[in-house]
Amino acid sequence: MRVAILGATQGMGRAIARLLAERGDQVFVLGIEPEELARTSADLQAHSPSHMPVGAALCDLADPSTFAAALDAAEADLGDVECVVVTAAIFATQDTLEEDLDRTELLLRLNFTNTVVFCEHVRRRLLQRGGGTLCVFSSVAGDRGRKPVVLYGAAKAGLSHYLEGLDHRHHEDGLRVITVKPGFVKTGMTAGLKPPPFAGEPVAVAASVVRAIDRGTPVVYAPGIWRLVMLVICALPRFIMRKVGF
Amino acid sequence: MAGLGDQGQTIAGWGNIGVPGHEVLSERLERASADAVLSRGLGRSYGDSALPPPSSREVLGTRLADRILSFDPASGRLRAEAGLSLHELNRLLLRRGYFTPVTPGTQFVTLGGMVAADVHGKNHHVAGCFGSDHTRMVRLRVADGRILEVTRESHPDLFYATCGGMGLTGHILEVELDLKRIPSPWIYAESRRIADIDEFLAALAEYERFPYVVGWIDCLSRGRKMGRGILDGGRWATAAEAGAKPLPKVPSPSVPLMFPNWVLNDLTAKAFNTLYYWKHLAKEKKGLRHPDSFFYPLDMIRHWNRIYGRKGFTQYQCVIPEDSGRDGVVRFLEALTAMGGASFLCVIKSCGPESKGTLSFPRRGTTIALDIPARSGTQALVDALNRVLLDEGGRIYLAKDTFTRAEDFRRMDPRLEQFQAVRDVWDPERKLRSAQSVRLFGDPE
Ligand SMILES: Cc1cc2nc3c(=O)[nH]c(=O)nc-3n(C[C@H](O)[C@H](O)[C@H](O)COP(=O)(O)OP(=O)(O)OC[C@H]3O[C@@H](n4cnc5c(N)ncnc54)[C@H](O)[C@@H]3O)c2cc1C
Ligand SMILES: NC(=O)c1ccc[n+]([C@@H]2O[C@H](COP(=O)([O-])OP(=O)(O)OC[C@H]3O[C@@H](n4cnc5c(N)ncnc54)[C@H](OP(=O)(O)O)[C@@H]3O)[C@@H](O)[C@H]2O)c1
Repeated sequence: MRVAILGATQGMGRAIARLLAERGDQVFVLGIEPEELARTSADLQAHSPSHMPVGAALCDLADPSTFAAALDAAEADLGDVECVVVTAAIFATQDTLEEDLDRTELLLRLNFTNTVVFCEHVRRRLLQRGGGTLCVFSSVAGDRGRKPVVLYGAAKAGLSHYLEGLDHRHHEDGLRVITVKPGFVKTGMTAGLKPPPFAGEPVAVAASVVRAIDRGTPVVYAPGIWRLVMLVICALPRFIMRKVGF
Repeated sequence: MAGLGDQGQTIAGWGNIGVPGHEVLSERLERASADAVLSRGLGRSYGDSALPPPSSREVLGTRLADRILSFDPASGRLRAEAGLSLHELNRLLLRRGYFTPVTPGTQFVTLGGMVAADVHGKNHHVAGCFGSDHTRMVRLRVADGRILEVTRESHPDLFYATCGGMGLTGHILEVELDLKRIPSPWIYAESRRIADIDEFLAALAEYERFPYVVGWIDCLSRGRKMGRGILDGGRWATAAEAGAKPLPKVPSPSVPLMFPNWVLNDLTAKAFNTLYYWKHLAKEKKGLRHPDSFFYPLDMIRHWNRIYGRKGFTQYQCVIPEDSGRDGVVRFLEALTAMGGASFLCVIKSCGPESKGTLSFPRRGTTIALDIPARSGTQALVDALNRVLLDEGGRIYLAKDTFTRAEDFRRMDPRLEQFQAVRDVWDPERKLRSAQSVRLFGDPE
């Protein structure tokens, strides 16, 4: 498979890119810092059984004018892009965001507006080649409005909504849309937070995401137990949600 | 690293004896090391080497910083971020014909931790230590904030103080070394059941024909049976011996919960030791072995440290110098068995010459390592063992230690002065420190 990944420099994106490289898939990485991209490319090359070089291009979620050129570069390098994975996003705690409107605006713009715009670029290109896979990381935080993730969750809710609509609208055209909803996963993004029970590891999440890409599974909770947890949380009445802390 | 407070957390080494504090993980060591007091890898040091000093309560966790930055499949030269684990390296490169020149008895360690403890393996008698004998370069964030590429040529003092320096000379960001070409991924091994200590010491010497040697002794047996055990020797199998057999994946069950403290007592330890001894029914066994079972038998059961319960345990590892000879080893074992230092595992091997690492542990002689459950008498037991060790002129291994007293360590290891002199140059204020350096080296809390 030929895959372009936005967000492969860290966390779950890195784990997915490694898993793909290790089984011989051709990957191309997109990100903001040239030095970080170079280090990631080298790492992926070492993970590839045939020591295949891995290309990279600059792509900044904060700057949609970079999207087209980045995807052009991926197409030029891979020949044909069959799958695009988006893990890139930013995070801040609800307390931080409530104190900082600029940061709130940035988070909403990156995690929702610009992610959707990036996906729109990808949608057009994949449909043009007769289909392909778009795998995007949303979050369990988008499943229900909750105290600790009001703003971050709102952006992810919007993103999940968009991805579901995209799936309905273009499934027949060969577009496979995969929405990944991680629960708490131990990456740099959550480094400062105390892990709750069922906290996941990036490598395990990567394995379930790659399986979903292979099979075209539309929604993935990772770790899987979060599907159940969210089922319960979504069923709780409002008066309880107002009382509890999660 | 924003002050997150401890949120009531404690942090411990492999021996599970915790202190208040927590680890902040980062994939970007260059950024995160700027104001950290200590780096921590996979926390496989047993004692307080990778624990924060009381006043700081925070260490930088490196294990997410694990990218391979370059690997040359023709020469085996590798450069990687310091958090890369040996487990990952083996998983990727064993089947491509490369192995680390030195491995400790667990693969759940990071490159940074292997340099910082200057680890030794079953091949110490021929290969020396991981850092001082095999590492080519470390990229180091020193206390004043600079980042340096440190080699034995560029900064000899700093390089050798860093190898075995337990993280106290700087944060290791990257490590470069040459991996060893291996003829097949299988080990050809021989093992032998041994009746007493004299046979053991003779067999250890005889087995030095193997590059990899380690022995296990039943330290609960006294009198004529004292020092009985099993000796293991091995080398990489040739391609012809191994055939085309690929390595199967070995399952690794986990100890799911802390065991209650009473599970491990003198009786169960005795039963375990006897069982282990007689499991090796044949006097001698030979044949191909999976490298995981040969190098990492303890890794087969994840979280095995939980069998010691909530109170935790320590490992006492010392080296008895060659000058003390057979009698020195016997005196040590006699003292140990007399004190009833019940131990599940007691490991013995011969060490080769001392490496250049300023505080590297191994020196020519016999090293003995035993696990001791933490109880009220543990401090007294370690003190007593240290007195015997001091008489023999031996020393302990910092990566395992929790209970040694500062004055005893100073007497065992006069090299400490030289080590402190290097720190005086690079970190006169002792910005970089650990719970262990506060306990043993007199660093400010
Ligand atoms: C089952 C078992 C078997 C073992 N067998 C052996 C053996 O055969 N031989 C042997 O020598 N050791 C052995 N050890 C000990 C182990 O190899 C060392 O303690 C090693 O340092 C652990 O690596 P780590 O990544 O877990 O480091 P940690 O335990 O996290 O840290 C160890 C020390 O290294 C420092 N450190 C870690 N990373 C960095 C960094 N990036 N920069 C600067 N300092 C750093 C820490 O500050 C600390 O002082 C064994 C341990 C276990 C649990
Ligand atoms: N971790 C969790 O518990 C958790 C839970 C639910 C949902 N999620 C979601 O899962 C996804 C992956 O999370 P993670 O924990 O793996 O994150 P992570 O470790 O923080 O990695 C984030 C990645 O996004 C990239 N990135 C950040 N800002 C960018 C920008 N402006 N342009 C381009 N790339 C940018 C980063 O690149 P640099 O390396 O250059 O910074 C990095 O590669 C995210 O969408 C996150 O919201 C995570």
